[in-house]
Amino acid sequence: MKILFKNARIINPAQKLDEIADILIVDGKIEKIGKIEENENFQVYDFTNKIISPGFIDMHVHLREPGFEHKETIKTGIEAGANGGFTALCCMPNTNPTADDPSVIEYVKKKSKEALGGIVDVYPIGAITKRIEGLELAPIAELVEAGAIAFSDDGNCVQNSSVMRKAFEYISMFDKAIIQHCEDKTLSGNGLANEGYWSTILGLTPYPDISEEIILYRDLRLLSYLKPKIKKEKYHIAHISSRGSIELLKKFKDAGLNITAEVTPHHLLLTDEDIWKSNYDTNLKVNPPLKSGDDVDALVEALKDGTIDAIASDHAPHAPEEKESDFASAPFGIIGLETTVGLILSEFVNKGIITIHKMIELLSINPRKILGLEPVKISEGEKANLTLLDPNLEWIVDERKFKSKSKNSPFIGWKLKGKPLGIINNGKVFWSSL
Amino acid sequence: MPLKSRHLLGLEGMPKEDIELILNTAVSFKEVLERPIKKVPTLQGKTIVNLFFESSTRTRISFELAERRLSADVVNFTTAGSSIAKGETFKDTIKNIEAMKIDMVVIRHSSSGAAHFLTKIIDANVINAGDGTHEHPTQALLDIFTIREKLGKVQGINVCIVGDILHSRVARSNIFGLKTLGANVSVCGPETLIPKEIEKLGVEIYHNIEDVIPKVDVLNVLRLQLERQNSAFIPSLQEYHKHFGITREKLEKATKPILIMHPGPINRGVELSSDVADSEHSVILEQVTNGVAVRMAILYLLGTMGN
Repeated sequence: MKILFKNARIINPAQKLDEIADILIVDGKIEKIGKIEENENFQVYDFTNKIISPGFIDMHVHLREPGFEHKETIKTGIEAGANGGFTALCCMPNTNPTADDPSVIEYVKKKSKEALGGIVDVYPIGAITKRIEGLELAPIAELVEAGAIAFSDDGNCVQNSSVMRKAFEYISMFDKAIIQHCEDKTLSGNGLANEGYWSTILGLTPYPDISEEIILYRDLRLLSYLKPKIKKEKYHIAHISSRGSIELLKKFKDAGLNITAEVTPHHLLLTDEDIWKSNYDTNLKVNPPLKSGDDVDALVEALKDGTIDAIASDHAPHAPEEKESDFASAPFGIIGLETTVGLILSEFVNKGIITIHKMIELLSINPRKILGLEPVKISEGEKANLTLLDPNLEWIVDERKFKSKSKNSPFIGWKLKGKPLGIINNGKVFWSSL
Repeated sequence: MPLKSRHLLGLEGMPKEDIELILNTAVSFKEVLERPIKKVPTLQGKTIVNLFFESSTRTRISFELAERRLSADVVNFTTAGSSIAKGETFKDTIKNIEAMKIDMVVIRHSSSGAAHFLTKIIDANVINAGDGTHEHPTQALLDIFTIREKLGKVQGINVCIVGDILHSRVARSNIFGLKTLGANVSVCGPETLIPKEIEKLGVEIYHNIEDVIPKVDVLNVLRLQLERQNSAFIPSLQEYHKHFGITREKLEKATKPILIMHPGPINRGVELSSDVADSEHSVILEQVTNGVAVRMAILYLLGTMGN
């Protein structure tokens, strides 16, 4: 493999790098950056007005295997990730069986190396509690040894405060992040839509935003209380969605807690009103539920000012027969691996809301830092772990081009400007067919 | 002049002219119902399916009568012992029924938006006979029809809807329809059963029924689901009855005769005392009669569209 990208804009904010140059990749390594003469042995690509970035990571993905292979498999999930511009994924433990046992972590790692020649790095997230039931701690040390990158009961949320306290204490010994899906189930109940004007109009069982905020506040207070005692707290909020949560995050960050947050493209781009506009489109049924325009404003502001650290898709595939139903019966969640990069380029970078540098921080530099992964460098002699982007290409999201086994996306048909072109990682190249 | 939509999913956003067209048409059908022979050939050759995924006596019978009196062919589908109980998906059930060449579907379902979902997967006209806690437009139309018949108009009439507003599809449809026709609408119930931001629909909120009674022309009293006590919405049925139940004693505060309405079935001694339910002010049974006429009007207007 000898690939030469001519005239590419190479950006890596972590290295303060933003230059237009040629870049030669040989056998998965960055051979040279600068002015490079073409050679008949090289595959040459004109990358004028195109971008080469450190590889993107989606730190919140449901690959569904083992247990729910009718929704997604490790293979199809990896293909979707590669197609969407990601060189790395973190998969959540709510499989069947759950990732509360080292064998499940090992299974996911083994399977992931088989898909697309192992081009995408898959980092499994271990369960905090056995069967993600929130009662007893999972075998944390064994899971770390097997390769768990972080811990979460995502899909569920540890309800019992005493169990959560012990999880914070115990996991602090391993320097791994705890990723919390913040939901007080006694408040969310059977809730289907953000409690407010639109849930009232739609007659959808209300799901109040305080369900997220109360658990977040509980966790932040637990961490403040434990801070003098534990070695280091590493707390990450999954799919933050409300203004109140942003205020809490800011306040406790300012107070010196080591906490981070991710936001999904759908919480940034859609509101509860869209459920009304779409006549109960089940592809707008997500957990946490889509919030109000005011919450979206707060999320976008927090994205700009750095309060939010990462963007993650919460890729949640469901089979058509599961989603094509009435609103209450349909499961929560939408896919996002193949739309996230395009949506952020189109709706945030190209609209001048964030810079391309910021986007790279949110999708590569910060999530890797949160997870304790080595930063990606774009320098001669380094391994090539790259995401290739065309920030100007206009395209329409077409589900026929998805590699994911599921098609449950509310963004199908959206006209976007900016697209992932492909990835290079682990000595392999993948060109996106989106 | 036809209706604007080929489905009746709800009264939210339904134009005033359409509501009035349905009410005026229902007047004619009510006359038909007074005749010795109550059947007209209007929907002869049309097949209507009543899909009841949630139990119902009154609404189902009312629809069925209305359909038969318009000479439609009627098929009833209820979930007990059906393919749904055997594990077939909602969508497959619907597609199978549609494949039998039907013209109209009347659907009741426990999930809000179920009727909207139906319009996305089939071509037949869809009538919402109650979807979850969202809307029950035919009930509201028969309520409004009854108010108009009894009081001569709807514009400017003061209507209070009493009870569990949060879970009530009847309340939502009544609010939308009554507001469109210019009535003054208020709601009265325990705060736990008042949905958030309902004031944005232009309704006044009361928590004391005795404050409401002197101000209204109509009390539309909702059924209190008995399980609300278990889920801590109210402390007890007794306490509910004491504070929100409509009794003859409380009605003494009225400054003018008040029309007492109820969508049924009544929990006597909870939301209504028996003497009020059976009093001269109660129009509860007339609502039931009007229900058939209003549903005939809707079936006729939708079933003859484009003919």
